[in-house]
Amino acid sequence: MIWETLLLAFRAIRRNVLRSSLTILGIVIGVAAVITMVTLGGGATAQVKVEISSLGSNMLSVRPGQWFRGPGGIRTAADDFDIEDAKAIRREVFGLEAVAPTASKVAQAIYGNKNWSTSVIGVTNDYLKVRDLSLLTGREFTEGELRSGKTVCMIGTTVQKEIFGDQPPLGERIRLNRLSCQVIGILESKGQSSFGQDQDDLILIPLRAFQRRIQGDTDIKAIYVSALDGVSTTAVKEEIEKLMRIRRRILPGQDDDFNVFDMQEIVGAMTSTTRVLTALLGAVAAVSLLVGGIGIMNIMLVSVSERTREIGIRLAIGALEREVLLQFLIEAVVLSSFGGLFGIILGLVAAGVGARMLGVPFILNPSIITVSFLFSAAVGVVFGFFPARQAARLDPIEALRHE
Amino acid sequence: MNQDPLSRQNEPPLIALCAVTKVYGAGRIAMHALRGIDLSIAKGEFTAVMGPSGSGKSTCMNILGCLDLPSSGSYRFKGVAVEKLTRDQRARLRRQYLGFVFQGFNLLNRTSALENVELPLIYRRVPARQRHQKAREALAAVGLSGWEGHTPSELSGGQQQRVAIARAMVIEPEVLLADEPTGNLDSATSIEIMELLVSLNLRQKITIVMVTHETEMASYARRIVRFRDGRVETEEHHGGRES
Ligand SMILES: Nc1ncnc2c1ncn2[C@@H]1O[C@H](COP(=O)(O)OP(=O)(O)O)[C@@H](O)[C@H]1O
Ligand SMILES: [Mg+2]
Repeated sequence: MIWETLLLAFRAIRRNVLRSSLTILGIVIGVAAVITMVTLGGGATAQVKVEISSLGSNMLSVRPGQWFRGPGGIRTAADDFDIEDAKAIRREVFGLEAVAPTASKVAQAIYGNKNWSTSVIGVTNDYLKVRDLSLLTGREFTEGELRSGKTVCMIGTTVQKEIFGDQPPLGERIRLNRLSCQVIGILESKGQSSFGQDQDDLILIPLRAFQRRIQGDTDIKAIYVSALDGVSTTAVKEEIEKLMRIRRRILPGQDDDFNVFDMQEIVGAMTSTTRVLTALLGAVAAVSLLVGGIGIMNIMLVSVSERTREIGIRLAIGALEREVLLQFLIEAVVLSSFGGLFGIILGLVAAGVGARMLGVPFILNPSIITVSFLFSAAVGVVFGFFPARQAARLDPIEALRHE
Repeated sequence: MNQDPLSRQNEPPLIALCAVTKVYGAGRIAMHALRGIDLSIAKGEFTAVMGPSGSGKSTCMNILGCLDLPSSGSYRFKGVAVEKLTRDQRARLRRQYLGFVFQGFNLLNRTSALENVELPLIYRRVPARQRHQKAREALAAVGLSGWEGHTPSELSGGQQQRVAIARAMVIEPEVLLADEPTGNLDSATSIEIMELLVSLNLRQKITIVMVTHETEMASYARRIVRFRDGRVETEEHHGGRES
């Protein structure tokens, strides 16, 4: 019986292909939108998570505050840090694995006839620990090199490719602006960040050398800190804030003139953003499914009135009310399920194209596909019920007389 | 084993209408379609119902077919008071015992003859293979072998009415109710249909109640009931015509 009813539904739908397709368009679009966004969103989130964990999720950075003032938006920055601030953090904040004071600047790196504009960062060896960087070949700075500010450097793979090509760089001297600098190490590649930044486009030199020979003062532009495993980054952040307020003589009630960024907070913010987006998406999907459902109800009502005579014949030869109800209900469900099915296919195709364009991984989410399908079928049940009941309750004599 | 003749006598008539009325509407616009019909039809009878247009023939057939209920009076089918049954119970009664043939054929269009004939069997949950078999046989019985795949629009009026008769007969009903089955057909085709009905009545012992206003068609029946203004005017019995 169910099988016959299904066949009947397919036939009824096939008789009006154009009408049926237009009817399910609402559901197709709704489901496709959900599938596309969820799939792309899932891919992007997964990628961001991988990157953040490669960045070190227990990392914090401390930077001077910045304000944009006046109609022109003139940038004013608070005072930079100095090496004593970094030492104080190291000394007084509990649970730290490494503290890395840094200063940086964009400079021209020149070797032979090649030249490449890159960011040069003055660091200590702790920087490698905090940023989770490791050496492909070569070595870190020695204590002596750090203390004396010797002009040696470690380079990222992008810099290596751009100015050395296939030549072995170790021991070679490159020029940074007017400074001559010997390459002692090559950093392992970290690829692109979620913000599209090339993380291998950098040169690390001893902090003291950077301050003296490139920057010209002893300022520290940013301090990176990593907490030991199991230590709360929130607690570390609070302690750093307390300490820096004292060191920078900020009176109670005054705002901080520096910022402490906690990677874990950023991850949290990102997750909650994703959650808000998902909720919005859900609302859009609900509206489009509602519209789709109303479309199906409309077309089912038309279908019932067009087929009044058929219903009369069925009732006269002994169809029960519920059998007629089931016939039209199944027709509505088949229709809406088709909508769901095409929506899923369309959504996956769109997500595939989108993933390639945005450069995020394509991650199939079977549960959202199942849910979408069941949901569109449910739309058929809900919106098909009223027309189906109308059909089932027809008076057979009236229905037979209908022309 | 001897059959008790009394049990036979006590058996209720297949169809028994008792003081049946039907009123459409209420108050001043009330339309009295039936004003008290007493009619009983025994198993195996071939009855023709005649009467002028508007005399209540179709209304009476709808009540006999359990498609409609009397306003008052009682209708017993096989001894069962139909007015006490629910809508679904009446549907089950129709699917079990009643076959319908209408003036306008009432076949499902864009659906093959075979599938039209199978329709009542679907509601009786007959398995597909058996269903095809029975429907084919029914079509063969009305002389439509080879036309199984044709849709109503590809068939002549006479052929369509044969399909309708096959659809009614396929469930082997107790009663065949035909409301002006030849009303839309020319006289030669009408005679073919009548001969088909007579043979069903004689060979398969199916009780037939048929509305017609053509005396020639009525003459095929052994009993003629004449309606006028919602009442039975006269009744006559004769031998009926053998085909
Ligand atoms: N559904 C209805 N509502 C109101 N009046 C009806 C309805 N059906 C039939 N009638 C009226 O009842 C009377 C008997 O109709 P009907 O049984 O169809 O007559 P017949 O079949 O003998 O021509 C007619 O006057 C008709 O107008
Ligand atoms: Mg009539």
